[in-house]
This record gives sequence, structure tokens and C-alpha cells, in this order.
Amino acid sequence: MDTNLSSYTRLPDQPTAAPNRRPVKAIAGIFLSILLLSSLVAFILNNGPRDAPNNVPKSQVLPETWMPPSRGVEQGVSEKAFREYSGMDPEYNWTNTMLAWQRTAFHFQPQKNWMNDPNAPLFHMGWYHIWYQYNPDSAIWGNITWGHAVSTDLIHWLHLPIAMVPDHWFDSNGVWTGSATLLPDGQIVILYTGDTDDYVQVQNLAYPANLSDPLLLDLVKYEGNPIMVPPPGIGMKDFRDPTTAWVGPDGKWRVAIGSKVNTTGITLVYQTTNFTSYELLEGVMHAVPGTGMWECVDFYPVSTTGRNGLDTSVNGPGIKHVLKASLDDEKKDFYALGTYDTINDKWTPDDPELDVGVGLRVDYGKYYASKTFYDHNKQRRILWGWIGETDSEYDDLMKGWASVQTIPRTVVFDVKTGTNILQWPVEEVEELRRNSIEFNGVELAPGSIVPLNIRSATQLDITATFEVDKEALEGVLEVDVGYNCSTAGAGVRGALGPFGLIVLADHSLFELTPVYFYISKDVGGGYKTFFCADEIRSSLALEVNKKVHGGMVPVLDGEKLTMRLLVDHSIVESFAQGGRTVITSRIYPTKAVDGAARAFLFNNATGVSVTASLTVWEMKSAYIKPYPFDDI
Amino acid sequence: MGNSLISLSLAFFLVILLSLTIQSPVSAQNDLITTTCKQTPLFQLCSSTLRSNLQSESADVAGLGLIVVEVIKGKASEALGQVRKLLRAGNPQLKGPLNQCVTFYKTILEADVPEAEQAIRGVPKFAEDGMVDAAAGAGSCEEGFGGKSPITAMNMAVKDLAVVARAIIRILL
Repeated sequence: MDTNLSSYTRLPDQPTAAPNRRPVKAIAGIFLSILLLSSLVAFILNNGPRDAPNNVPKSQVLPETWMPPSRGVEQGVSEKAFREYSGMDPEYNWTNTMLAWQRTAFHFQPQKNWMNDPNAPLFHMGWYHIWYQYNPDSAIWGNITWGHAVSTDLIHWLHLPIAMVPDHWFDSNGVWTGSATLLPDGQIVILYTGDTDDYVQVQNLAYPANLSDPLLLDLVKYEGNPIMVPPPGIGMKDFRDPTTAWVGPDGKWRVAIGSKVNTTGITLVYQTTNFTSYELLEGVMHAVPGTGMWECVDFYPVSTTGRNGLDTSVNGPGIKHVLKASLDDEKKDFYALGTYDTINDKWTPDDPELDVGVGLRVDYGKYYASKTFYDHNKQRRILWGWIGETDSEYDDLMKGWASVQTIPRTVVFDVKTGTNILQWPVEEVEELRRNSIEFNGVELAPGSIVPLNIRSATQLDITATFEVDKEALEGVLEVDVGYNCSTAGAGVRGALGPFGLIVLADHSLFELTPVYFYISKDVGGGYKTFFCADEIRSSLALEVNKKVHGGMVPVLDGEKLTMRLLVDHSIVESFAQGGRTVITSRIYPTKAVDGAARAFLFNNATGVSVTASLTVWEMKSAYIKPYPFDDI
Repeated sequence: MGNSLISLSLAFFLVILLSLTIQSPVSAQNDLITTTCKQTPLFQLCSSTLRSNLQSESADVAGLGLIVVEVIKGKASEALGQVRKLLRAGNPQLKGPLNQCVTFYKTILEADVPEAEQAIRGVPKFAEDGMVDAAAGAGSCEEGFGGKSPITAMNMAVKDLAVVARAIIRILL
């Protein structure tokens, strides 16, 4: 009898594969554990410390421009913003007298509120016209429309009603900058940039409703707008400010528009026969790497022999073309002289080292969005430039206005140097001159300052000549390299400079604005001359942005050093060597206002005496006011 | 027992998986808010301000800027209210600077904030001007008390937010 055998019999309900399942179960278990573990790890990683930003080096998070501007000498830091960071600088306690004084007497500005770029300047039926970017509601930017004014002489302006408002989908977010083209048959074509309701930049066509109206009061927008939209490869916000058109040898019109590709500033060219349909030409007219977006491109011919201006379409021998751009990244206007190939619509700079955006500036001071037009009335090329404020927005809101335009300037090729244009205030401004006083042969020993005995010093036209004794000049041996207007200032003394004029100063020189020459001898025995305007001590107000502006000015053998200053309350326009180098400054004194303002001659050089001769005129007001419709 | 171990592991795994899915988009190291705020000098303030606003999740950079501007509007209104309250309390020593602060904050609310709101998508450089001014205004209000300000926290809040907004706007330039 074997009863033990029966205990080894498999029970009928147990699966036969039982022994095989144990390895599978183990694998499943391991697999799941790995999954669990990895998900746990992933979970922990995702919720890890978010302290990465603290590990980012400070230089990445706090770019140089975050540092409050130094109260002393400024580095020429490129700055994209129109206004500097004023940090904790308290607002100056302006009085109404000080603020009211800041308004100019003979520079174009609207009666109140904000202005920026000049638009579509032209001459028509006896009147010079200027339209401009205007905010009808506030002294800061916004609600941009086209303001309008006319003048018979570019000086005595009369305000007209607003010409264009953002009332169509193709410009509802801004009626922006544009230019006018005068056609041979008498038509006037205005091309302007509209910011659409979707914030896309497009080009639009407008034209006067009534060409026989000398005041061109009404502008009509073409119902087929927009006539140009950003082409493929061009950003929707990188397509603005169409130029005046010019006609090519093939009879077709061309228009240039600034843009950029990555950080390369470019000029696009469109071709048209009817101004309503346009064809983008292949390639670009010109491009300069590293210059960023080109705003307010301007393109025009200058005669290399004559003194007259030229119509935008003129071409041929004895002509060079100026290409100009307002660099968005730096808020500065640059130009270059070069040659225009009309067959391929390409422009090449005379000197690639001085290409657009890396070479000469139109104006070395507070100056932007400049635009020229051909004045067929007097055969001149005339240049407009927008001069913004360098005080704070708060100051502008307090005083109720912001920005002026320069006195229009004639532009000609500088035949003597061959490398510059010459800008000069239009001669019509001289009609405001009165009560001239001459100072002849004033000797300025090193370290001297001489007050100018004039009646008032707030509205002036000054022409001055400075002579440095030739022997003394050559006798100075020390070499002076690396001078730079923006890193120096009138307080930095060299053997051969600075010397010049001081304007908008109070009698004790708490506030002063020196405009001066500085000659530096370089290693080869030659000389470099700098022309600078120093705003550092121009005002006791801390929130005002004060810099030293300027640049080199070519001085040829045998030339005396000459400068011309237009002083008009809070704006000073300074011209060296007949306009080879120009600096516009905004000045907001707290003391040197009204009768307290003074002017001086000075020589802060250590090694030479300087002889100065000058004529000072007082300037009348231009009485810019609304057009007297009621008196008709 | 093996059965329940598997089930337990599965359940645990699922829970973790779910929580990961929910957390991912917000905590991803390089979402737009993080990359934007890294370009401001006040990362924590920028990040917390934006994340506490639901619209920030779907906003572009300009939209993030507008959110900060909106917060500035609120803080500036608060500050203005507090300034007026203190004026009513009548402390003669504070009267001068408090009156200045009224002007500064009215400027921020009536000019700087609207300018930034209008310009941020079209012409960001002017929006930047508005925020520079707002920071300066709050700073000037604070300075006016010569070290004895009763509203330092409020002034600094507005100023710091304006600094953040400006930095965000600069990205758009």
C-alpha cells in the first residue's frame, strides 16, 4: 500500500505552466521597478531648483546700458533708446519761467504736443510745405498723424490743419513717415508707411485732392492701398519710410525703402510706371553688415562741380550720389558719398571704410530721421532733421510740447575735400539778423576766458574765426592720439585745444555750453581737428541727458578754423568749416535763461594762444503761428 | 502577493506619469516666460508677476510686456491713492513731496502707461521711453522725501516693475 504517492499528484485546478511563470513575473517586476525609478528621477529633475538665472553671469542679464550714466565724462555707448535711463535722478524743480524759455523763437515746432520725423517736404505754387509726425493729444509719442505747415521762405511758418489721420485699416496703427515726388506733368505723389491694424508695415499712396490749392490742404488716400507690402524674406516690421522717387534712363520710376536682413542694413528698390503697381528689383541697392535696420533712407545726387542742388532724377558725369540712413540701433543719421549705377540700380561708396552707418554722420548731436528735397524754386537741395528732447518725458508733459526741426539746411558737395557734404542754414534765416556786433583780433592766451559784451544771448547767430599761431602750432611736439569728443569735454586740456565759444552760460559759469575746436598732433606730424559741443555742464538739472557730441572735421592747409552757431533758446546748431561737420545740441539751463544768459570766448589749450574774430547778431523771432484763415 | 505588487507599482507609476504631464509645460526650463525674464535684471519679480497672470501662458513677448504694464497701472493707482490719503492726513512736512508724487503718478497713469500700451506692438522704442519715464517718476517721488518716505515699498514696486517692463520691451527692439 503506497498512500504517499497520492500527495505528489498535481491538483487538477492548478495551471500546468505554473513553474514557467515565475521568470516572466520577475521580468515584469524588474521592468516596472525601472519604470518607477526613472519616472521618480524625472519627477525630481523637473521640480529641481530653478536657480539657473542666478548662475547666469551678470553681464548677460545686466547689459552695460543699465548702468546709470556717469555724471562726468561719457563713453560713447551705442544706445537704441531715445532716452537714457535716468535711474534715481530726481526731477528738477522747474519754474514756469524756465520751461517757457525753452520754446524756440525761430525754429519750426507745432504750437504744442509731440512731433517727430519730417515728412514729404516740397515746394508748390509759391509755398514751401512740411508735413511731420504729430501727436495731437499729448507731448509724448502716440496717435501719430501728419501735421502740416507752409512758409514762403522756410523760416516764417504758418500752421495748417492736420492732413492725415489713421482712419483706414492700412494705417490705423500709425500714419508714418513718407516722401513726395513731383512728376514732370505737375502731379504730386506722396508715398508713406502705414502701420496696419495688424501691426504690419505697408506703403501707401496719397495725393493732394486739389493741385490748384497752393496750401494743399486736403490729401486723398488711394483706395487701392497698400501699394507695397513686405516682400518675402523681409520682416513685417522692417519695411518703412519710402523715399522720393527718381526716374531712370529707361523711363521707369524707382523708390527706395530701408530694411534689414538679420543685422545687415539694406536698401530695397522698387520700380513703377504708374505709382500704383510696383515691382521689387532683384537684390538690394546697397547693404552694410552690422548696421541694423535702416530707417528714413534718403538717396539723392549732388554735383561735384556746381553749387546748385539737383533734382532727384538727375544723373550723369560730374555727379555723385549720397545714400543716407537713420540707424535704428543707434538713433544716429549716417551718410556716404558714392556712385549710382543706373543700369543695375546699385550704389557703391567712394570709400568702403566710410560706408553708410560706419562712416560720416549727417549731424553729430541730437538729430534723427533727416530727409532732403529738391527746391526747384531756388535750385537747392534742402535738408530737414528732427531734433528730439534730451530732457525727461515728465518735463515734456509739464511744458506741453516736445521736439523741434532744424533750420532747413542747403546741402552741396564739398569740392575742396571731395569727401564730405556741406550743410549750411538756408540764407533766408539771415533775414532775422539784427544789431550786429563785431569783435576783431581778440587774443586768447592759454587758459583764458573772455566775456562777450552783447545785449542778450538767447537768440543769436554767430560766425567766428580762430587762428592759431603757425609757429606755435608747429612748435608743439607732443603727440596726442585717441582724442574723442565724447570721452573728453572742454575741461580736458591739450596743447592745442580746446578753444572756441561758450554759449547759454550764466555770468558765474555754473552752467555753460562750450562749442570748440581741439587740434591733436598725430604720430606722423600731421594734425587732426575735432569739433565738439559739450553739454556736460549745460544745466544743473540732473534728469537732462548731457553728453559731449562731435567729430573730426577736415581742415585743409591754409584754412582758418571757422564756426557758425545758431543759438535759439533750448537748441544750438553748430557748423564747422562751412558745414563740413555739424552738431545740434539741446540745452535746458536753470540759471542761464532770459537776461541771465551770457556768451564767452575761451582758450583752454596749454600750449598756444588763439586769435578770435567774430560777428554776433541778435535774431528776431519768426513768429510761427496758425495760418490766418479768418483774415481772408 | 505578486499580483498586488504589480498593481501597486502600476498605480504609483501612473500617478507619477500624470503629475509629470500636468507639470511639464509650466516647469519646462525654457518656456517663453523664463527666457524673457532672464533678459531682465529682476528675474524673480518678472517671473512671479507674469506667472500669476493666467494670460501669460499664451502671450507673446509683447503680450508679456503688456501684462507687466497692466500691473504697473494697478500699483501706480494704489500708490496714488495712498499719496492722497497721506495728504488728507495733513502732515505739513510731507505736503511738498506728496504733492510732487501726485504729479509723478498722474503722469505715469495718464501718459507713460498709455504710451507703452499703444506703442508696444507698433513702435516699441516709444514704449521703452514711457517705461523709462515711469521708473524715473517713481524714483523721483521717492527722492523727494529725502530718505523719510512713507511709501518706499510702493515706489520701489512701481519702479522695479517699470525696469522689468523696459527690459522686456527692449527685446522687441
